[in-house]
Amino acid sequence: MVLIELFLAFLKIGAFTFGGGYAMIAMIQAEAERHGWLTPEELVDFVALSESTPGPLAVNMATFVGMRTGGIPGAIIATLGIVLPSFIIILIIAKCFEKYRKSKAVGGIMSGLKPAVVGLIAAAFLSVARTVFFSSGISAAVFSTAGFWVFLALFAVTAVLAFKKVHPIKIILLSAVIGIGAGYGLGL
Amino acid sequence: MNKNLDLILTFMKIGAFTFGGGYAMIPLIQKEVCENKKWLNEKEISDIVAISESTPGPIAINAATFVGYHTAGFPGACIATLGVVLPSFLIISLISLVLTQFQSIKAVRYAFMGIRAAVLALILKALWMMFKSTKKKAISYIIMGISLVLTAFLKIDAVFVIIGCGLFGLLWSMLHRKEQSNGTD
Repeated sequence: MVLIELFLAFLKIGAFTFGGGYAMIAMIQAEAERHGWLTPEELVDFVALSESTPGPLAVNMATFVGMRTGGIPGAIIATLGIVLPSFIIILIIAKCFEKYRKSKAVGGIMSGLKPAVVGLIAAAFLSVARTVFFSSGISAAVFSTAGFWVFLALFAVTAVLAFKKVHPIKIILLSAVIGIGAGYGLGL
Repeated sequence: MNKNLDLILTFMKIGAFTFGGGYAMIPLIQKEVCENKKWLNEKEISDIVAISESTPGPIAINAATFVGYHTAGFPGACIATLGVVLPSFLIISLISLVLTQFQSIKAVRYAFMGIRAAVLALILKALWMMFKSTKKKAISYIIMGISLVLTAFLKIDAVFVIIGCGLFGLLWSMLHRKEQSNGTD
């Protein structure tokens, strides 16, 4: 039963994810929440590990969630689900590539999809921000904890590095070191 | 070398040595598929990139399926796609097995607290890149806002948002074209 749910969830995510792996975070989160597969923290950790290991983000995420939820069969089923839509669509349009690419209908659909994807990534940003800064709920008390300000500063620094095109793996490693320092230093 | 064996090895190499996925994979795909194996020419690779933008799913999967299909038909498509997925699958499965044990270590938990802040920064970067590549029109900003509100606050399934915005884009561009052609008559 879990296997069927996993397969359908990732089939759906594979069929509706445009614009790279980050756009699917919001979708995975919704599915994971609905089925109770992962905590928000686990999801963010999986994003970090998927970025630090080779291969497409989407495939890595699918394998992670599948493995955590249904063991090795789950991992296989979730990965198959995320790959299948791309695979089938490319097989269908492989013969009429040129026509598809220049199609006005495709252009029109994309003019609506692209900004929608921006909205989806923004939604993912908000929910991850909530997990990072307000994991124990949104209240005024959070702003008086040292941890909040340390992680806010860490976010600001890593954002600057990301925009300066520093490789994600280096950013993740640096933040891990700072996280360990802050954790022991503040006794979190 | 046997063509199928060659396909699976080449795509396993692409899957095993590209970090970050997406467009980070293009240079390696290009080097292997165009320069080394000469399975596709430069133009076909740039077509794949363009197509990947307007089809769902990871670009590496799109490229693998397309190259495999062109080189060795349907079996080739299956084999190349399997090749590109296999390294990710094996590596993540291994990490996933040991992760639970590691997470009971205090230092690892602290490390992940830091890493989560960095993931937020990486998402912000992805958001900005995507925002920059969108057409700067009022209607684009309106769609962005609506899509954000629907998914983040009203908890509408992202699939419906994607379908709705795609259909809206199609209708909008059809109406717009009609206006334009009326104007030039």
